Amino acid sequence: MKDSEGIVIPKNYLFGETPEDALPLDCGKKLYPVNIRYETYGHLDENGKNAILILHALSGDAHVAGHHKEDDKKPGWWNEMVGPGKPFDTKKYFIVCSNIIGGCSGSTGPRSVNPATGKRYNMTFPVITIADMVRAQRRLMEHLGIKKCLHSAGGSMGGMQALEWAFSYPECVQSVIAIATTSRLSPQSIAFDWVGREAIMSDPNWQNGNYEDTLPEKGLSTARMLAHITYLSDEAMYRKFGRKLQESETYSFDFTRDFAVESYLEYQGHQFVERFDANSYLYITRAMDYFDVSAKTGGNLTKAFSGIESQFLVVSFTSDWLFPTYQSKDIITALLNNGKDATYCDISSSYGHDAFLLEVDTLGRLISDFTNNQYMEALNG
Amino acid sequence: MVEKLRQNLSRRSDLVIIADIIPKDVRILDLGCGEGTLLRLLKHEKNVRGLGVEISQSKILESVEGGINVIHCDLNEGLSLFADNSFDFVVLSQTLQALKNPDLVMSEMVRVGKKGIISFINIGYFMARFQLLLRGKMPETKTIPHPWYNTPNIHLATIRDFRELCSERKLKIDMEIPTGSTFDIFAGIWPNLFAQNCVFVISKE
Repeated sequence: MKDSEGIVIPKNYLFGETPEDALPLDCGKKLYPVNIRYETYGHLDENGKNAILILHALSGDAHVAGHHKEDDKKPGWWNEMVGPGKPFDTKKYFIVCSNIIGGCSGSTGPRSVNPATGKRYNMTFPVITIADMVRAQRRLMEHLGIKKCLHSAGGSMGGMQALEWAFSYPECVQSVIAIATTSRLSPQSIAFDWVGREAIMSDPNWQNGNYEDTLPEKGLSTARMLAHITYLSDEAMYRKFGRKLQESETYSFDFTRDFAVESYLEYQGHQFVERFDANSYLYITRAMDYFDVSAKTGGNLTKAFSGIESQFLVVSFTSDWLFPTYQSKDIITALLNNGKDATYCDISSSYGHDAFLLEVDTLGRLISDFTNNQYMEALNG
Repeated sequence: MVEKLRQNLSRRSDLVIIADIIPKDVRILDLGCGEGTLLRLLKHEKNVRGLGVEISQSKILESVEGGINVIHCDLNEGLSLFADNSFDFVVLSQTLQALKNPDLVMSEMVRVGKKGIISFINIGYFMARFQLLLRGKMPETKTIPHPWYNTPNIHLATIRDFRELCSERKLKIDMEIPTGSTFDIFAGIWPNLFAQNCVFVISKE
């Protein structure tokens, strides 16, 4: 726990206790009440200019750094990046990370109880979008007294939310750090999401979402295994597993697992089932499918970015084939076409999409310097 | 701060000239910006809004550290990321000779910017000529120190070559500033023979 944030206590913010205070959603429905589970690190300074909003990816949560208990096995999901003296330096900045709505780590989601019926929402939970997640986060910002944050920052789906902040609330984000992400989900990613959901929904234990004691473990772990492959790269898998066999020296000549890579995926699937909810997985992947900042401008990204005021740091990774480099370049082109400046780096990495969690040194340096410059700018006017 | 940045620049006479040519309050694009030395000086000295383009990851990190906006991009892939006329000046300093298609990049520079500023090593410099003429060997000088088989400088040109290319591609030469270290006076009179470097300002005809 050296150089770490130490023990962090998760907090809750509940709003929308009356229909008037509900959260309006893109689908036309309203969600209330809404609980947001969040964690904060560091302190908001007197002028309120040092707040950074970190947004998590599909399987992430509000616990970005530090530990909840002394004997926690693992720290928060971006512990290398967030903490005292780290790129998101909690001695200097006030960091906020909240669980998305629709999630299953403390914020209101499909497994929450609908007060109107006294039962879990399950599949009656409204279909949410990335913009809905951001709208809920905005309520949290207001609650915390943050008028404008230094950055909205995140990787993968976190990057989509970071981008969405600049579209939904341009006056509220000085800059955006968008890592290994896209301005609109590609058909390839939509396809993977579809297969993942099919795996869950075809599990007999899923029960149209109304599972209780018996969870749709097979479906959810299959979805996770498939998704996990898309987070790696051919090179990374070769390096990590090669064609190594897991236990035996020879092939089993049956269909139990032989290879190390099979065993690894199986383990990842099992792990995931223990901490993630199948219905949440359906709702969150759907939210990603619908993400397209150019939807209102007929697919024209340049037009879509015309109202953007924030500054941008865009980062991609050379071996990321889920959100390939060209998708980051599209964001940069749209910004440049609007006369905006931006910083873009395509970090050389063999880790695939997961690089955003693993390339700590290079990414950390970029983030640390960019953040420092932005903070100086904020202080100077 | 500005003095220190000026000092950093002094090793590159062409960059000093370019920094002097560029007026205040303009928007510039620096192709192959390296660690962002030129852009940092211009930002602080002339309130220039600069954007760099760089291919090297380590140099990008240096630029960002210095507070410079920089785009990771290979110039050999063209400038398609950039819109027409979006900059006042587009700078290409001592990079022309390393490009696969220097002529295309030059055309792109005057598409993206109102004016292009190009500095390059003059292979017509007499010391280089002597090496070829007297020793019968490919020139290796202070500015082009690499052996012929392992050099990033794949498109070396003389000042005369450059002028001819401009005229062929209908590029107007607005300014031509030859520089030499020890033969400055001669460089002004016979640039193609005595200038080690030359800075050109070009625009569309």
